[in-house]
Amino acid sequence: MDLEEAKELKERCTQCAAVSWGVTDEGKYYCTSCHNVTERSKEVVDTAAIPNTKIQAISRGLKRKRKLEKGWDWYVCEGFQLILCQQVEALKTLGVGPELKNDVLHSFWKRYLQKSKQAYCKNPIRTRRRKTTALEDTPSHSDWDSEPELISDFICSSFAESEAESQPDLHTQKPFPIIKAPNSGIAYTCSGSLDGVEYSQRKEKGIVKMTVPRTLAFCYLSLLWQREAITLSDLLRFVEEGHIPYINTFEHFPEEMKLYGRDKLIFAIESWPIYEDIYKNTIELATFLDLPRFPDITKDCYLHPDILCMKYLMEVNLPDEMHNLTCQVVKMTGIGEADFLTFDPIAKKAKTVKYDVQAIAIIIVVLKLLFLLNDNLEWSLSDIAEKYNEKNKKDKPWFDFRKWYQVMKKSIDEKKQKWEEARAKYLWKSEKPLYLSSYNRPVVYKRREVVVNLQKQFSTLIDSTPVAEKQNPSSFQFNWTEENPNRTCFHGHSLQGILKKKGQSLTTMNSLYWLSTQKFCKSHCKHVTTYEESYFSQSYQFVISLFSFLLRIKTSSLHEEVSLIEKRIFKAKYNQSKKKPSKKKIRKVK
Amino acid sequence: MSDFSELMRPSTEGDRMETCVLSGTGMHFPWLQKYLNSVLTERKKEKAFAQTTTECLSLMQQALLKHQWQQAAGYMHSYLQVLEDWDVIKRQAAPEIIWKLGSEILFYHPKSSVETFNTFADRMKNIGVMNYLKISLQHALYLLHHGMLEDASRNLHQAETWRYGDKSSSQEVLINLVQAYKGLLQYYTWSKKKMELSQLDEEDYAYNTASQSMLNHSWKTSINLCALIQIPGVWDPFVKSYVEMLDFYGDRDGAREVLTNYAYDDKFPSNPNAHVYLYNFLKKEKAPREKLISVLKILYQIVPSHKLMFEFYRLLRKSEKEEDQKLGLEVLFGVLDFAGCTRNITAWKYLAKHLRQTLAGNRLAWIQELWDSRKNWWPNFHFSFFWAKSDWKEEKTLACEKALVAGILLGKGCRYFRYISKQDHQVLKKKMKRMKKSVKKFSIVKP
Repeated sequence: MDLEEAKELKERCTQCAAVSWGVTDEGKYYCTSCHNVTERSKEVVDTAAIPNTKIQAISRGLKRKRKLEKGWDWYVCEGFQLILCQQVEALKTLGVGPELKNDVLHSFWKRYLQKSKQAYCKNPIRTRRRKTTALEDTPSHSDWDSEPELISDFICSSFAESEAESQPDLHTQKPFPIIKAPNSGIAYTCSGSLDGVEYSQRKEKGIVKMTVPRTLAFCYLSLLWQREAITLSDLLRFVEEGHIPYINTFEHFPEEMKLYGRDKLIFAIESWPIYEDIYKNTIELATFLDLPRFPDITKDCYLHPDILCMKYLMEVNLPDEMHNLTCQVVKMTGIGEADFLTFDPIAKKAKTVKYDVQAIAIIIVVLKLLFLLNDNLEWSLSDIAEKYNEKNKKDKPWFDFRKWYQVMKKSIDEKKQKWEEARAKYLWKSEKPLYLSSYNRPVVYKRREVVVNLQKQFSTLIDSTPVAEKQNPSSFQFNWTEENPNRTCFHGHSLQGILKKKGQSLTTMNSLYWLSTQKFCKSHCKHVTTYEESYFSQSYQFVISLFSFLLRIKTSSLHEEVSLIEKRIFKAKYNQSKKKPSKKKIRKVK
Repeated sequence: MSDFSELMRPSTEGDRMETCVLSGTGMHFPWLQKYLNSVLTERKKEKAFAQTTTECLSLMQQALLKHQWQQAAGYMHSYLQVLEDWDVIKRQAAPEIIWKLGSEILFYHPKSSVETFNTFADRMKNIGVMNYLKISLQHALYLLHHGMLEDASRNLHQAETWRYGDKSSSQEVLINLVQAYKGLLQYYTWSKKKMELSQLDEEDYAYNTASQSMLNHSWKTSINLCALIQIPGVWDPFVKSYVEMLDFYGDRDGAREVLTNYAYDDKFPSNPNAHVYLYNFLKKEKAPREKLISVLKILYQIVPSHKLMFEFYRLLRKSEKEEDQKLGLEVLFGVLDFAGCTRNITAWKYLAKHLRQTLAGNRLAWIQELWDSRKNWWPNFHFSFFWAKSDWKEEKTLACEKALVAGILLGKGCRYFRYISKQDHQVLKKKMKRMKKSVKKFSIVKP
């Protein structure tokens, strides 16, 4: 009936792009598929018909109002599932294989639902609770027995249909199975989801509850299982750059899934994911899911330190020849072994390697071996290299630490400034504001409107130069070329002048070394060492801050990783307890 | 130690604490609890959203300092989201910050216009109740700045009639201020009309209508102004225009009352201008000398270097009372204490003359009393060798007066006097001679 009334309007809806219009009781057009009300109003042609339509409108208006407030019935875990779906789709567009979604993440998620007793088990949590409430209120509770199957049906279909996934609006096309909740009005007034209130109150021992940050832990676990070429820091950087949905993911939930009240506390997120947190969550989750040993990380895997070191050497513009040295360090310390690298959650003490941080730490150790980084030797070596390069312009240039520092310092400062600016300008708030209660709702919507209007006003005053378009996702953050003097590429420079021949083999000119941590903390606190910047040389500080910015981690955790690598290299020194470790050390290079 | 442990115990009843303070056995730190609370809340991890807004605010302030209006507008664009902060305290504090910085941006931004400013102000007025009046007032000032008097007046009128339950009563001062500014605008039209009137002939038939409309205007204006100036505060422009109108219509008593109240009411903050206005009014009225002296006495206590002090001095000189003569000397010393007056020839002339007369009248004690507190620093401050040279070079008469004073206060041996007296000058020969003689006769430092 509505459709007939509004056939003359052929425009697309601004919200959902559908062409199906109805007329509200004030005579304004509204979209029947998303209930978006427009400013345009229907012109009344036939005045004689007015009394009749008015009556019709009143009766219709009441019905419509209720429809607007109540959407589909849905559960919190379905919300998380939608987020995971969005994220995994994004990963697929980044080039990750389709098995990640269909096999790995799907089975992890299934296992999670089972372990947390939400589905795929005999007596799911929800049913138990519901049964008791249903018994009290209404004698007939027979509908509830069939619920777990319904849910699992949906989950399976949503995950397994790989053909349909290519269509972005899969979820709007495929409505959720509507589960009737006879007493939902009484027990769940404060959330759009059916179990929002209950979910946020649930505190069962031994159960890892789903949170939005944990969706990233799920993604990382599946990436790790597939041995994909994405490290945790890459994943978080993609989140930050907006390539993987994380903040305000609920915006893309189907229109009929209403979020408010408790859902806000569960799904709205106002923080960037932090490396350490996600890392911890990943281990927690893997242990909770009781996952078996992950596929071995072998020499040909991207996550192997040899390959990651190469990648990061390229990233930070260091000579390729250093790769030889990093490989040696890896060999010496034994951290290239599959047993060491492979994640095994069932093992006694579940621990996964921070592949990216570790690779960077190896590079720092090599830098210390070559240049000592004591604010002295690196500069005198640079003087030698500079003189040589001036004399022999045609030869392969020697690596000049000072020049490298200048180039890197400039690039990193620029990048950091841009990054800080972008962070300061980030718009957190969703187009679809969340409110805590229905009383709160008009206020929240009004506030949103005010902000939008004010923003519109100021956006006309912003510098007209277009904001740099969204960067294409890349594993590399820098791009070095030989042509641009500000972006000089050092990849081809040689380490001659830093190494010297000694009999058959090459050794480093520098024969000294200092340890980043003299003594490790043995108490029960979580950290093994601390990083007090002022204790260290300027060049060490620079290197640490440069690399920790690349990975977006804290300087202290990188320092800790460096110390741990050194602990492996200089095991003997550390074992001579009490005795001050001697500073002398000679290393041979083949 | 026992006091401290008592302190740490959470106190439930406030009176226990009070007796504690009264008996003097314990200490009471009302700020301690607050401090402890803030320590606790600071430990909570700050959300990235909060970091974003804080960082954005500081970058916006930096951009404003560097006059980078476009960048500042860019930061404002994202700072606006603070209005949707879940933290109530931050959300409520935001409108004021946004208004202040936003109006600054819109005031200077090259692409901004009066229209943009108006829409911005109208939007900001309606966020939260507490800002309406303040923003309306500042909006009006902006319009005034752009010469849009009528719009400003309309704006003030709107603000004046705004009411919001009991919130409006707590902002009474602001309402009064709004009214007073409206009154000031009306005063402006009134004084324009006064100008027109003064050009008209009294016989002219237009004269009557013009004076009638003036009268209407002044009546409205005075209502608007008088409410504000009852409240303690500094209201110079309002008081001035109000008095001018009262005076014009012959209500001298009313005007005097307003000014006296403004100057003498203890509840009002100390304000030199209040006394200046009152003095000028009384002077015009030809009030008795005692009255004028009493007004300026207070001004002297607030601003001893005020330019009216010479007038004050002359009034004191005319008085027959001894204490007034002494006060006169004090006033001169007081004026010369200020670096801005070191080269004031009138002051030195008066001082030299007065010193001579005082000493002739055997009032050495007066001078000694005033000199005691200054003898440590005046020699370097006024009578250094450097001053002697530069004074002689630039203003010979000043140098002579100063040398006389220096000779009297410091004796013949002082550098300033010696330098000046050694100079040779045709025209000033007589004067120099007199100076030397006076010094010999009156110097308080006997060789």
